[in-house]
Amino acid sequence: MKKIWVYAEEVQGEISKVTLELLSKAKELAKAFSHEVEIGAVLLTKGIGEMTETLEAYGAEVVYAGEDDRLEAYCHTTYAPVLARLIKKEDPDIFLFGATQIGSELAPTVAAIVKTGVAAHCVDLRIGDDGLLISEVPAFGGKIIGEILIPKCRPQMASIKPGTFIATESCVKCSVVKKIDLTGLEDADKRLIPLKTCVTKSEAKPIDEAEIVIAGGYGLCCSENWSRLQELAELLGGAAGSTRPCLDEGWADNEQTMIGTSGKSIRPKVYMGFGISGATHHICGMKDSGLVISINKDKNANIFGVSDYYAVSDVNEILPILIDLVRSSKATAAEKGEKECH
Amino acid sequence: MSLHIVVCIKPVPDPDHYDRVTIAPDTKRIVREGIPTVINAVDKCALEKALQLRAQYGGKVTVITMSLPSADTNLREALAMGADEGILLTDRAFAGADTLATSYTLAKAISQLGDADLVMLGAESADGATGQVPSQLGEWLKMPHLWNVFSIEDVEEKKYRIKTKYENGYKEWEGTLPLVLGVSRELAKPRHIGAMGIIKAKNKPITVLGKNDICGIEDEYIGLSGSPTQAGEIRTPEMGRSGHKLEGTTEEIGIQILEKIRAGGITI
Ligand SMILES: Cc1cc2nc3c(=O)[nH]c(=O)nc-3n(C[C@H](O)[C@H](O)[C@H](O)COP(=O)(O)OP(=O)(O)OC[C@H]3O[C@@H](n4cnc5c(N)ncnc54)[C@H](O)[C@@H]3O)c2cc1C
Ligand SMILES: Nc1ncnc2c1ncn2[C@@H]1O[C@H](COP(=O)(O)O)[C@@H](O)[C@H]1O
Repeated sequence: MKKIWVYAEEVQGEISKVTLELLSKAKELAKAFSHEVEIGAVLLTKGIGEMTETLEAYGAEVVYAGEDDRLEAYCHTTYAPVLARLIKKEDPDIFLFGATQIGSELAPTVAAIVKTGVAAHCVDLRIGDDGLLISEVPAFGGKIIGEILIPKCRPQMASIKPGTFIATESCVKCSVVKKIDLTGLEDADKRLIPLKTCVTKSEAKPIDEAEIVIAGGYGLCCSENWSRLQELAELLGGAAGSTRPCLDEGWADNEQTMIGTSGKSIRPKVYMGFGISGATHHICGMKDSGLVISINKDKNANIFGVSDYYAVSDVNEILPILIDLVRSSKATAAEKGEKECH
Repeated sequence: MSLHIVVCIKPVPDPDHYDRVTIAPDTKRIVREGIPTVINAVDKCALEKALQLRAQYGGKVTVITMSLPSADTNLREALAMGADEGILLTDRAFAGADTLATSYTLAKAISQLGDADLVMLGAESADGATGQVPSQLGEWLKMPHLWNVFSIEDVEEKKYRIKTKYENGYKEWEGTLPLVLGVSRELAKPRHIGAMGIIKAKNKPITVLGKNDICGIEDEYIGLSGSPTQAGEIRTPEMGRSGHKLEGTTEEIGIQILEKIRAGGITI
């Protein structure tokens, strides 16, 4: 039986969204095989809690669970050898990881132990006619997409950025939980010790969950315009996104707002770009948006070529006007609403 | 205490020109004509931090790359920044290496040095951008490793408090040397190279090593044949859109934009 596995990343007691996205993709990949395929989720944790149910709801048929106090905090020195032993025992064909901070370290580490390949930061996955996994990876900041195959070694591993696939619940089959053998955990390398994880709760809506993202680039020119951009995003019920220079300048201070190859991939209903030139590194992260509108004062800006609508305009002028327009539009709507109520 | 720090640098086509990268229609190969080769930017951040640590503790900084013979120029630049020695791994047998084969080859050469306390790399290269070499190098060297390091502070001799990036925050670690660290841009801002640096670099040694110069290297793990991943077809993604220009006064453009946003499915 073919086994397609997904590494189930835990974030503060819950299964991360990217895990569910990958399980959904795994189900789709399984259709390419005529014979039976096992969709497995591999979870290492201090306490399983309700996580099995979540994995099951998104299509995991087998949950390989390693539960131990020593797995409370992630560290490759404990996690990777456990996964490598499990791979040797169960021989999965495909093993997918979210290209999160942890996944981006853990996947290549495991691969180096079992001596197999990992296709990094994939933008798509499919099964070829010969039954091999074909992973599409971006190179040169997304300007080139290349296929990666792992013909001889197993498992065929891949890491996928959050937001690349869409998580869909499946008609629930009951999953089987198999305990992972944790012997050897005590031999873990003690030269590296995880001390703590700090997570800042941000008030702002995450850009990968917003229906409309208002993105700003170096052309914003100053932090005042970044504040304006945030205001506009808030008025529209969306989120403010940024390019890298915008962060480098310190206008945007939350790295989670960055869109692109080293930032997030987003697919909102509407993306608007202000003062963004359209470098491939950025476009790579926003090209799947529904509608793209961009504003740049340079009539030859690259971003116009990847936009549905564009305007050659100065952000200093257009941002205040848009804010006013949205405000008055909302005020009118509210007034109308009130009248209808009476 | 003195440290021997090894910094891995990778020559890459300058990322500022990636919009000029194309695929030749006939040969189906990547065309990067006229794009200059530079040291992967974040590798210089790793080198900068290494130089700062050397200033603090004393010791030596060795830069190493596996690349074409022309990477000599890039190594010379790293020496001008302040590194003490350069090592160039170059051999036809190394060609076509994926991250596993690259990290293996680097590991074999670093092991041969015998005394590396700290190995530093960029977290990610600009061209391939897998970000996998640091972790895999750590595994081959049997040293603990961390990825996306943005802060290193010493606690006591050979013991460091290290911060790595994490979604919406960071993770803190305590690591005892030897360690392998893949670093992010925030760790250190590379210094400018002065005329003195360039002059001094002329007399610093660069050792060129081929396969036969590296002790115990096994064919099974190097180059294309030692790489589990194989490249398939390549394409340029279709990203173009119709690009309708909105015209009029700024006010008129604003009104049109609002219409488009509504048409895009957003209620205002
Ligand atoms: C390895 C690597 C990874 C990277 N990853 C990312 C990533 O994930 N995300 C990312 O965004 N970048 C990334 N970058 C950087 C990327 O290559 C570009 O440098 C960046 O996207 C450019 O941002 P920008 O468009 O804001 O700035 P610029 O390219 O400087 O463009 C500014 C634009 O603003 C316009 N402008 C100026 N003034 C005004 C005004 N008053 N009104 C209107 N328009 C104005 C200008 O005409 C110009 O087009 C990466 C780079 C590297 C090397
Ligand atoms: N061929 C190479 N020679 C030396 N260092 C390398 C090489 N390839 C990758 N590296 C190092 O590994 C880091 C991450 O690269 P990558 O895993 O390819 O994204 C780079 O920033 C370099 O520091």
